[in-house]
Amino acid sequence: MNTVIFRTLAPMIVAIMLVFSVYVCLRGHNEPGGGFIGGLIAAAAIGVFGMASGVATVRKALRVDPMAIAGFGVVMAGASGLMSLFIDAPFMTSIWLYLDIGESVVPLSTPLFFDLGVYCVVFGTLSAIALSLESDREEDI
Amino acid sequence: MAGLWPASETGIVFVAIAPFVAAILAPFLFRIAGRFTGWLLALVPAAIFLFLLGFAETVIGGGTIAMSMNWIPAYDINLSFFIDGLSLVFALTISGIGALIILYSGAYLAGHKHQGRFLGFMLAFMGAMLGLVLADSLLALFLFWELTSVTSFLLIGFDHARQAARRGAIQALVITNIGGMCLLAGAILVQQLSGSWEMSALRGMGDLLRDHALYGLVLFCFLGAAFTKSAQFPLHFWLPNAMEAPTPVSAFLHSATMVQAGVYLLARMSPVLGGTEAWTSILVIFGGLTLIWGALGALKQTDLKQILAQTTIASLGLLVLLIGLGSTYSIAAAIVYFVAHAFYKAGLFMVAGAVDHETGTREITGLGGLAEKMPATFIAAAMAALSMVGLPLTIGYFAKEEMYLGLMNGDWTSLVVIVVLIAGNAMLAGVALIVAIRPFLGTLVPTPRTPHEAPLAMLAGPVLVGAAGLVAGVLPDWLGHDVLVPAASAILQRPVESHLTLALDVTGLLLWLSVLTWALGVLVYRQADTIRTLLRRFDAWLGWTADNVFDACMFGLIRFSGAVTRALHHGKLELYLVLVFLTLAVALFGPMLAWGGLDWMVPKADLGDWSQRLVLPALQPYEWGVIVMAIAGLLAVLAAPTRLIAILSMGVQGTALALIFLLFGAPDLAFTQLMVEVLSVVILTFLMTRLRLDDRDPRPFEDWARDGTLAIVCGVGVSLLLMLVLNGTLDTRLSDLFTATSVPIAHGHNIVNVILVDYRGFDTLGEISVVMGAGMAILALLRRQRKKATEKPAPRRRTRKAGA
Repeated sequence: MNTVIFRTLAPMIVAIMLVFSVYVCLRGHNEPGGGFIGGLIAAAAIGVFGMASGVATVRKALRVDPMAIAGFGVVMAGASGLMSLFIDAPFMTSIWLYLDIGESVVPLSTPLFFDLGVYCVVFGTLSAIALSLESDREEDI
Repeated sequence: MAGLWPASETGIVFVAIAPFVAAILAPFLFRIAGRFTGWLLALVPAAIFLFLLGFAETVIGGGTIAMSMNWIPAYDINLSFFIDGLSLVFALTISGIGALIILYSGAYLAGHKHQGRFLGFMLAFMGAMLGLVLADSLLALFLFWELTSVTSFLLIGFDHARQAARRGAIQALVITNIGGMCLLAGAILVQQLSGSWEMSALRGMGDLLRDHALYGLVLFCFLGAAFTKSAQFPLHFWLPNAMEAPTPVSAFLHSATMVQAGVYLLARMSPVLGGTEAWTSILVIFGGLTLIWGALGALKQTDLKQILAQTTIASLGLLVLLIGLGSTYSIAAAIVYFVAHAFYKAGLFMVAGAVDHETGTREITGLGGLAEKMPATFIAAAMAALSMVGLPLTIGYFAKEEMYLGLMNGDWTSLVVIVVLIAGNAMLAGVALIVAIRPFLGTLVPTPRTPHEAPLAMLAGPVLVGAAGLVAGVLPDWLGHDVLVPAASAILQRPVESHLTLALDVTGLLLWLSVLTWALGVLVYRQADTIRTLLRRFDAWLGWTADNVFDACMFGLIRFSGAVTRALHHGKLELYLVLVFLTLAVALFGPMLAWGGLDWMVPKADLGDWSQRLVLPALQPYEWGVIVMAIAGLLAVLAAPTRLIAILSMGVQGTALALIFLLFGAPDLAFTQLMVEVLSVVILTFLMTRLRLDDRDPRPFEDWARDGTLAIVCGVGVSLLLMLVLNGTLDTRLSDLFTATSVPIAHGHNIVNVILVDYRGFDTLGEISVVMGAGMAILALLRRQRKKATEKPAPRRRTRKAGA
């Protein structure tokens, strides 16, 4: 399975998948998509990358332990819910902010950050498992 | 006994909190202050003592101080404190002796690298104990009660490298926690019956609890708590084993304070629960048994600390007996005896610790003639022993007089009790003489270490409490008016007169009973060795002790839990899955069969020949194609010769399913299904190559048939359930609401996503936490497996690798 074609093409596929995963995640509020699916796509990309280039390369490219990304995701999701405390509203009340940038309006909201947290958790956890399973036995996790 | 400054009510909270703060800081303070830590930390209890003294004037005047703050307002639970004579006597004893013990500990553990931790535990214990005696709410009482158990556990097991210390700690924790659970049950029961958590309110309710049908149960709960904590026969055995703790712990927790918590509880609850026949007889019988048993136990021992531990059991029995009697005299005797006991027993323990510290042994048979080398220690021991014997001019004398005084009415029960008391007191007096005379007088016996006087910090405690016992003994007016009356009035709930006097009435029977006690005490002292031999012979003949029973119970419990774990947790993954899916099948079919959920499947009579009416759904050819693909995938799973191929075939089926979702208008679901399918195939494939189950492929036919049947049953069950649900009318109120509001209030067109991140965001937060937790568990499992593999490489793997 580790053919030259696969090894050559894999990084490109991975790059496209990662960008696509973020796109899917961000459009999720209005179109099919969302943090969960985005995270799954990104994790699949990491799986492919690991198969093609070896786990060590992927870990180096990621720089951060994938489990730490997952932890960060939970914290971010929780923190986005806590934001409502500042406007004296119950936990997880959503707050919306419309930023005017020239011609277009960019809506920012706490659910967006919540969804990014979900993305990080799914991505981090599944990548960690996939990488750990892919890695050779001699290599430490 | 007036305070240095007027005490404020809110300060009570600080009394309960300050020791805990000090406890947290203790290890850090130790790093800075080194060997002066003990001196510095002793200031905390000393300050608390002075602060509490500020309440004395009010309390002596017959007043009480109450203080309450919200704790759990939703359930109407308050953190309430209450000070009356009883709690103040206990609190002052705890903080006063606590200050001396902290000081003593500093010197006793000098040079120990965990001294900071030890002092921290001690202070935390003191905070818990102060909270316990000051608490008014039963729940606060329970909380502090359990905290004393936990800190006691930590202190007994302080020297955790020794097996005996660990065993003693666990035993104490188990026994006292059984009592703690009793207390909690009792507290809740009382609240349910009376409607109040506050003990001060309960005392105003008269016979409410005494007349209730559940009085017996309430009594059982509270007595269970008190008897375990205060080491009453037959639950006394944990206390001698608790002597594995460093000596300051034994002096503080297991004589003067913690074990008295049970006595305190009985005294506290006696206005509410006391006075009934059951109360009196249980307390008197068990108290009397404990007194005699403990006193005999003390005579059996040769180790100083063990002797003192056994006498503590005896004293606790005596106190329980006195509270059980419940007359004015016996309650007064209990109060005076509590104070006297705290003074002399803490003093004697500290003396025993000093002797052990300076000579290297605690065996009285290996000690003698120390008075010359350790004069101050000897004086402290002598003062404490005088009080323990109960000679005039000591506080112990008043305690003994009062207890005899209450039993002068001459009926049979009083006579039996007085005989028990005299026997117990005489044996305790004999033990006091043994402890004070054997190690110190006579010829000097060589000891492991050359004896010399203990340091100042270790002398301050025993000398001061010993002297206090004598000073209190010559001030009967002060003792009676300022200590006895407020505390006894609080227990009896009516004003009490003090009648303590120094005058000896030579013609009265009372004095001669005391003289008889002393004479018997001297006799016991002279015959100590003979008595010990006899008692030990009896023990050898008996063969078992409560300690053995406890061990047998614990061992049985461990074996039982081991058997249960092995039965449920056998490690055979396939059987786990069979169990899970079997449960699923039962859960699916059980309710459907029970409530006639399958009746709709029977064709109705007016349908006629229903097989003619069956029509295939009108589907596009490509839709048929997808369905054929799914079925092909399933068939491939069944036909697959190896597990790997089966997993890949499952992927085919899953992808077809995703396409069906897509074609029938659920793009979100299709998307997710596809990604889940891809990832699960990838991860399962990796897992399968790692597990290397190929040599077990193809699977035996029985397994195949078993799993196949289960799969079909579960599949049919889910299908039937879905059809059943779709047959009925769907309640669309929720989905209508979401459809209507997702854009206006949640600013999103994708309702699924809006539900996930906004409407049900809290659920999602929980779910992602679970996802992360599961991920960490999987990583831990993989890492463990890998560690095992690197430690001892299995030969089987080598050959496989070479083959691949």
